[in-house]
Amino acid sequence: MVTIFNRKAAAPDTPEPIEKQGLSRRDLLKGGTVSLGAILVIGGSSIIHPQFAWGLETSNLKPETMATLIQLARDIYPHDHIPDRFYAIAVKPYDAKAGEDPKTKKMIEDGIADLDNRAGKGGYIGLGWEDDRLAILRKVEDTPFFQTVRGGLVTGLYNQEQIWPLFGYEGESYSKGGYIARGFGDIEWL
Amino acid sequence: MAAPYDLKDDSVVVIIGSGAGGGTLGNELAQKGIDVVILEAGARHEYEDFTNNEWDSFGQLAWVDKRTTSGDWRVAKDFPNLPAWIVKSVGGSTTHWAGASLRFQDHEFKALTHYGKVKGASLLDWPITLAELEPYYAKAEDKMGVTRTNGIAGLPGNNNFKVLKAGADKLGYKECHTGNMAINSAERDDRMSCQQTGFCFQGCKWGAKWSTLYTEIPKGEKTGKLEVRPNSMAQKIEHDKSGKVTGVLYTDKDGKQQLQKARIVAVAGNSIESPRLLLNSESSTFPNGLANSSGQVGRNYMRHTTGSVYGIFEKPVHMYRGTTMAGIIRDEARHDPSRGFVGGYEMETLSLGLPFMAAFLDPGGWGRSFTSALDQYVNMAGLWIVGEDMPQEDNRITLHKGEKDQYGLPIANVNFSDHKNDIAMRDHAYEQGKALYEAVGATRIFPTPPYPSTHNLGTNRMSENAKDGVVNKHGQSHDIKNLFVSDGSQFTTGGAENPTLTIVSLAIRQADYIAKEMAAKTI
Repeated sequence: MVTIFNRKAAAPDTPEPIEKQGLSRRDLLKGGTVSLGAILVIGGSSIIHPQFAWGLETSNLKPETMATLIQLARDIYPHDHIPDRFYAIAVKPYDAKAGEDPKTKKMIEDGIADLDNRAGKGGYIGLGWEDDRLAILRKVEDTPFFQTVRGGLVTGLYNQEQIWPLFGYEGESYSKGGYIARGFGDIEWL
Repeated sequence: MAAPYDLKDDSVVVIIGSGAGGGTLGNELAQKGIDVVILEAGARHEYEDFTNNEWDSFGQLAWVDKRTTSGDWRVAKDFPNLPAWIVKSVGGSTTHWAGASLRFQDHEFKALTHYGKVKGASLLDWPITLAELEPYYAKAEDKMGVTRTNGIAGLPGNNNFKVLKAGADKLGYKECHTGNMAINSAERDDRMSCQQTGFCFQGCKWGAKWSTLYTEIPKGEKTGKLEVRPNSMAQKIEHDKSGKVTGVLYTDKDGKQQLQKARIVAVAGNSIESPRLLLNSESSTFPNGLANSSGQVGRNYMRHTTGSVYGIFEKPVHMYRGTTMAGIIRDEARHDPSRGFVGGYEMETLSLGLPFMAAFLDPGGWGRSFTSALDQYVNMAGLWIVGEDMPQEDNRITLHKGEKDQYGLPIANVNFSDHKNDIAMRDHAYEQGKALYEAVGATRIFPTPPYPSTHNLGTNRMSENAKDGVVNKHGQSHDIKNLFVSDGSQFTTGGAENPTLTIVSLAIRQADYIAKEMAAKTI
């Protein structure tokens, strides 16, 4: 099971109920950690985002794999104003699936290993420029691995209600009486 | 009170499907005192059960039973098991439709006469004319409360419409307005007026948009002459030695197979399931399926030439606010071969919420070209193209050779390839849509490919001659007198207009015919 946790009290836009209080950074550092890029810290079975105080635990996939998946998700659907935790939520179901289905586990682990391999020393996540990572993705975009991850993101990312306001989409409107008195025809610039 | 009918009651009319065709026919017959059983494959969700959430609603309403696809259409690649976006629920696709209610044009009933022979197309004139259908169009418009008919005011225009209208004015289009919509602009028929909520595709939670679910069906049930059986999937139509149909084999809500006897059977399961049912009803007497002596069952599948154009502007539009289909331009609906194609197309505003925009803007697309479009979601306006596509013999529904459904019956394969005329029309419409939005200052344009089909037509087509089609001008099968087709599959050609009003008009007309023939004891 992947657990997404947050060290702070739930903020209004917290993606999920806090299932577990996070490990402290010190706990992680004790266990020996790897810092990948500038974003994520991996230790034991956890990925911690030190700056924004959220983390994620994996049970079936390697935490490094999950960290790369998160980067891959962002590279496929890059929105610079969308924080990492939403991409993490989008790809975390692969950890559970990997537990249930060895084929899924192999596809994901092999797919990520392939990206790392193609990237050379430092791995996929070590490539600093998006363009360098994209050059790799263009070579693998027809693989079942890439298409599975991309296809899953269409709902896994964009169907998170918490990100809709970040795109200006207001979602459900029936409970507010629709838009008849809330600007359905308020355009002024025409 | 809804009438419960005995399975052995062979005096009833059994209708398969409760949408625009089946739901309307059921009520019309019940109002005349005729006993009706409607078998509906889906569950009964009343309008308060609908949800303002695109994917949740899709899970609630959409017909997602597996189908396969083939042909060169992009849907076969992007949505190989979802050729159509239609509904499995009481009310059928009238829960999901946007409400546009347009009459066909005179020439569209005589496509072969007006367009001439088009290579590769199986064009035919309808066996009825606009003049014959006009009285029924009038009844349907009154029944459905269509705006700009019967003294009903048009709906107010939302932001998406205002952008469309500004562009239409710049391009010199003359016929642009907020449409002929079966959506109440004021309270009518015990239903409230539109609250500009959006989510028309997800079922109108106010009941302001006409749907058989909360109009025809409860009205029919109130007569005591109509029983609707939800969760009842028809599998086979049975017949006797004389070739007359005698009943429908179906699986009930508990998964048990039942046989409902019938005096008359009317098929209204939409243009994929209706031919599938006829084909799956093959017997030693009818080895190619019921009503199929012509070999035309399943052929001439049409889906309208569609596509969308979305534009991004410098400032906000909020296109998702208000009715989904908020306005129309009809200038291009004329038949004018000087544009490089026969037939015409309508341009109608359309909006999708963010989740569906992500799924449909450019299926399979990824990277910044894609995401930078979604980043501008608030500044987007959009329109949908709906035009007449060419009927083609090999665009057809067939039974899958290997794959079967949960009841052991072959699933449907939908084969579709664009005709050259379809492509020329779509390209023209993309150009016009682009010009329209650029005239209002769009900084970026997206010619978006067709979605899974919402207008599924033509697979049991009407024809004067029994060898050219499946049913006659009353939707009665050429081969079997007490077997009718009551949905859009009876369309001879597709016209440029959204089909629901024509389906409803044909159903009202068919009810008159069935009642007359029953009284005369010919069926």
